[in-house]
Amino acid sequence: MEIKKIAEILDARIVCGEDLIDKEIHCGFASDLMSDVLTLDSEGLVLVTGLANLQTIRTAEMADITCVVFVRDKTVTPEMRKIAGENNMVLLECRYSMFRTIGKLYEAGLAPVY
Amino acid sequence: MEFKYDVEGGNFAKAGHAASAVKKVLKQLNVNPKVIKRVVVALYEGEVNVVAHAFKGRIIADIDPSRIYIKIEDQGPGIPDIDLAMQVGYSTASSKVREMGFGAGMGLPNMKKNADKLQISSNVGKGTVVELTTYFNS
Repeated sequence: MEIKKIAEILDARIVCGEDLIDKEIHCGFASDLMSDVLTLDSEGLVLVTGLANLQTIRTAEMADITCVVFVRDKTVTPEMRKIAGENNMVLLECRYSMFRTIGKLYEAGLAPVY
Repeated sequence: MEFKYDVEGGNFAKAGHAASAVKKVLKQLNVNPKVIKRVVVALYEGEVNVVAHAFKGRIIADIDPSRIYIKIEDQGPGIPDIDLAMQVGYSTASSKVREMGFGAGMGLPNMKKNADKLQISSNVGKGTVVELTTYFNS
């Protein structure tokens, strides 16, 4: 599933990385716990989280995650956007709850990590 | 090649600087992306540990053609029982650390998983030294 499709399904705002929205995403993982995210080996992953801080971006950078969806109407700070931009990430802001976001992506065929 | 980075205890805004810098170096050296991910995830976990628990620390990364050796040395409370700290789920992290998305007691086990060699030594009341080695052809 392309990132632009994810943005469309979630009616999400593309905060940065607009030139990368054709990238293919293979699976999704939802967590507010970055320790769990750092244990994943998957590639082509979208991270769905309600934790909007710099460490979310750093975690995505280390784990080679190219797309992060911030749910529950959380907003991305300028510093988060800067580091995400330096690391070729797409950040999406979504006003849906975590449950609704994941449900919509799963329904559209996005695979879970496990 | 040797690189040194200072880590400030408690400063979460800077946590990840060293891991980010090492990732850029390894990319420039054309190291296998899967190996890079293992190295930087382990280093980032260690860096977050210093920020979360210590007053200050220093990271040394020594890279040669076959491997990367990383030494994470901090001045802090130390670890009284290393075997206990290695258990998944054991944590002494503050609520502030948990709010940042960490402190679930998974850092040290994840460092072990992502390094070929892990050595931890600690002096209670003084600090901790974590040494990681990862081979590029692993």
